[in-house]
Amino acid sequence: MYARRSLRRFLRVIFRADGDSGAVPRENMQRDKVRFDVAVVGGGVVGALTARELKKYALSVAVLEAADDVAAGASKANSGIVHAGFDALPGTLKAKYNVAGNAAMEGVCCELGVPFARCGSLVVARSGEEAGLEALSERGRENGVEGLEIVGRDRLLQLEPHIAQEITAALYAPTGGIVCPYALTIAAMGNAMDNGAQLLCGFEVTGAQKSSDGWRLASADGREVSARIVVNCAGAGAERVAALFGDTFFHIGLRRGEYMLLDKSVGTFARHTVFSLPTKAGKGVLVTPTADGNLLVGPTSVEDGAYSTAVRREAFGEIAQRALAMLADIPFGQVITSFAGERAYSDRHDFILEWGAEGVFHAAGIESPGLTASPAIARDVAAQIAGALGAKGNAAFDPFRRSAHWFRELSREEKNAVIAQDPAYGKIVCRCEEVTLGEILDAMRQNPPARTLDGVKLRTRAGMGRCQSGFCQPAVFNELMREWGMTAEQVTKNGKTSFIIAGGEI
Amino acid sequence: MERNIVIIGGGPAGLAAAVAAYDAGERDIVVIEREERAGGILKQCIHNGFGLTRFHESMTGPEYAQRFLDEATARGIEIMTNTFVTELSARKEVTCMNERGVFTIKAQAVILAMGCRERSKGALNIAGTRPAGLFSAGTAQKYVNIYGHLPGKRVVILGSGDIGLIMARRMTLEGAKVECVCEIMEHSSGLRRNIAQCLDDFGIPLLLEHTIVEIKGKERVEGVVIAQVDKAKKPVPGTEREIACDTVLFSVGLIPENELSKGAGLALDARTKGCFVDENRQTDIPGVFACGNVLHVHDLVDFVSEEAEIAGRAAAEYVLHGGDAAAALPTQAGENVSYVLPQRVGREGDVKLYFRVKSAIRGAVVRVEAGSAVRTYKRIAVAPGEMENVTVRAADLADAQAVCISVVREV
Repeated sequence: MYARRSLRRFLRVIFRADGDSGAVPRENMQRDKVRFDVAVVGGGVVGALTARELKKYALSVAVLEAADDVAAGASKANSGIVHAGFDALPGTLKAKYNVAGNAAMEGVCCELGVPFARCGSLVVARSGEEAGLEALSERGRENGVEGLEIVGRDRLLQLEPHIAQEITAALYAPTGGIVCPYALTIAAMGNAMDNGAQLLCGFEVTGAQKSSDGWRLASADGREVSARIVVNCAGAGAERVAALFGDTFFHIGLRRGEYMLLDKSVGTFARHTVFSLPTKAGKGVLVTPTADGNLLVGPTSVEDGAYSTAVRREAFGEIAQRALAMLADIPFGQVITSFAGERAYSDRHDFILEWGAEGVFHAAGIESPGLTASPAIARDVAAQIAGALGAKGNAAFDPFRRSAHWFRELSREEKNAVIAQDPAYGKIVCRCEEVTLGEILDAMRQNPPARTLDGVKLRTRAGMGRCQSGFCQPAVFNELMREWGMTAEQVTKNGKTSFIIAGGEI
Repeated sequence: MERNIVIIGGGPAGLAAAVAAYDAGERDIVVIEREERAGGILKQCIHNGFGLTRFHESMTGPEYAQRFLDEATARGIEIMTNTFVTELSARKEVTCMNERGVFTIKAQAVILAMGCRERSKGALNIAGTRPAGLFSAGTAQKYVNIYGHLPGKRVVILGSGDIGLIMARRMTLEGAKVECVCEIMEHSSGLRRNIAQCLDDFGIPLLLEHTIVEIKGKERVEGVVIAQVDKAKKPVPGTEREIACDTVLFSVGLIPENELSKGAGLALDARTKGCFVDENRQTDIPGVFACGNVLHVHDLVDFVSEEAEIAGRAAAEYVLHGGDAAAALPTQAGENVSYVLPQRVGREGDVKLYFRVKSAIRGAVVRVEAGSAVRTYKRIAVAPGEMENVTVRAADLADAQAVCISVVREV
């Protein structure tokens, strides 16, 4: 799946000088205005991929992220599914970008070194529900999805040995896939930064003022950025951000999805993404292997008035009940964590991808299949903005980034060559996921640099294994202190006041 | 690289096994330790009470570990630190990684001494948010005792395992307020002396049959909702109450770290979560031995040392004189016994069996059935948190098909 490079090329890539990183640490950021051609508001998967696509043109680009790291919202907590494209109603933006995004995803992941697998998906049905499969299949064909096939129970048992007794048939979509959503976001942002984009974290846009050639954007902490064009990719905050520009033509709703994540030892319990027939409430609970080798079960669907990533007490029972209706004997004893993500949808129940106020483009309400669609959305949005600004192509753009897990993908000889150059790659810090000190240092030194425990975790998987950071957390904590010159009291889980050690504020 | 005995893990089990193997006549021994220093988890257990059974004196964890480290050093046993075993094959090839690279050691005998890890909070299906301030008790212990950082000031502890009890006292001594310790079972799984010395002496309430049902707080923990549980361990509606706190420590069980064992194709006992072994602590693969917390979770390190010495001597015997025929006699857990270790024994000599009871009994009788022989032994008190042992005589094993241990109330 990933092109294997020669050892020499590997070492060159690994040890290249980390010169102009593009990162602008908050403390070094000038207090006065900074001018960009385009400001992207929001460092989720849509914002990050859009910034990367914009850097394919001769444009200066800033990404303004309210949180202290990218992928802080829905991009960190979703199913990680690359949908085939049979769900969305024909003619919608969802249908168009789902199919286009599915086709683009593998190439983007390959360029960015992000885990991706085309594992295929199954929509399973009980006796009497087969007509629903036919309708989905027909819709899929209309949307241009290839390879759809309705399979009976015998074939289904070959595809998924644990399929529940009551399931009689399924719609098999071989183009369905899985991707690590936060790895994609981080890699896209990193690649955009390697190509000169700037990431401003902790920049919550609270004010927008029209200027002669664009907009001046102010953050809550007093920083200011001006841009000729603003792209609103603010996810759950998109309605609030739009209102700053006077755009009130859409509303954003929040739907919480709760998940249970199972240990890698049962990661192959399901071989495909297994859905039940969609209802009005959405695609419902699914069971899927993840791109990193775990088993993921969820999501629920909870309408929220206010942003919340709390898991409800009843969630565990709901998830298990619905999942067990599709697959029997799911090993829930192997749960390693549960979490929730807040998905932002628009009142049009379709993506909003259009110009608002002059010089403002909204990419909002990117709910499922938003992750799948994101590479295609980003490409189109960037093309429209480049067109509006009359921008030329950027010949220097380098689309490649080394794999997030490059070290573990090496042969023994290659590993020994790397360790001989830098012994830090020979020291395991996270024993469950076998993450080395070298990889942890990389996470803090390459774009976008990790400054928190979760930042290191999302980039390296240190702390994501079966012990859930019990052993490695103090070691990563110490590396953060060393690398960034922090005191123990300054280290956080994920920014703001998420302190680990009791200090002034706890 | 070829070595006669490779010991995976330089904690108390690995060190004691190494010393015993050396003293049994084997000289080509290497202990592989993933951390910078040998000693395992004892390095951060700075409280006392270690060694009472074995040495009849009270030591701290580091002192206990140092005693074995000194013994190993005096014998010139090689301890390869900062070295991580990535794979063990059924052919006893041990693949390692350290700052010098990746390499494989071909061993004649392997002793598994990887210890255990704490069960994580994530496995508990607790509702609510996932803010900073949630720690497994051992992680908090490392912050406090090794690095000198206090993880929080108002603490709720879930689980009354020994580490949770020790940390209740430790956090209190460091100036934190421990609101309570919640235990979902009707008894604590910790040592009785720890409940007395770590909770009672400091007035920290132990809430039996209580659990945490929800975690609150956005960036840092702001509180927990606790509730009483019924016999099925389900929260009883109406018993919920919220406790403000900034930290939650989890001491909810230990899991033997058998990923390498599984990789070698070894089956695990569902009750002990460790390998099946005979009285020499030999696993299903001849020449692969296991001891300490990777085999079954112990409450006293004294018994870890004792078990490791059995494995160390047997590994040396295996290398020097070859293996014995497989032991055939199964041991069985009878009434009120959760498991018996070893899982099978030979008939050659007296054999000491270790076991745990399922529920606490004051005035108990241990009943050992081996063939026609039925022997009983009195115990003043037994509890699930305290491992028991009994020695079965060789004579009783001669005509037995199995050995069964049960523990009943004295009548």
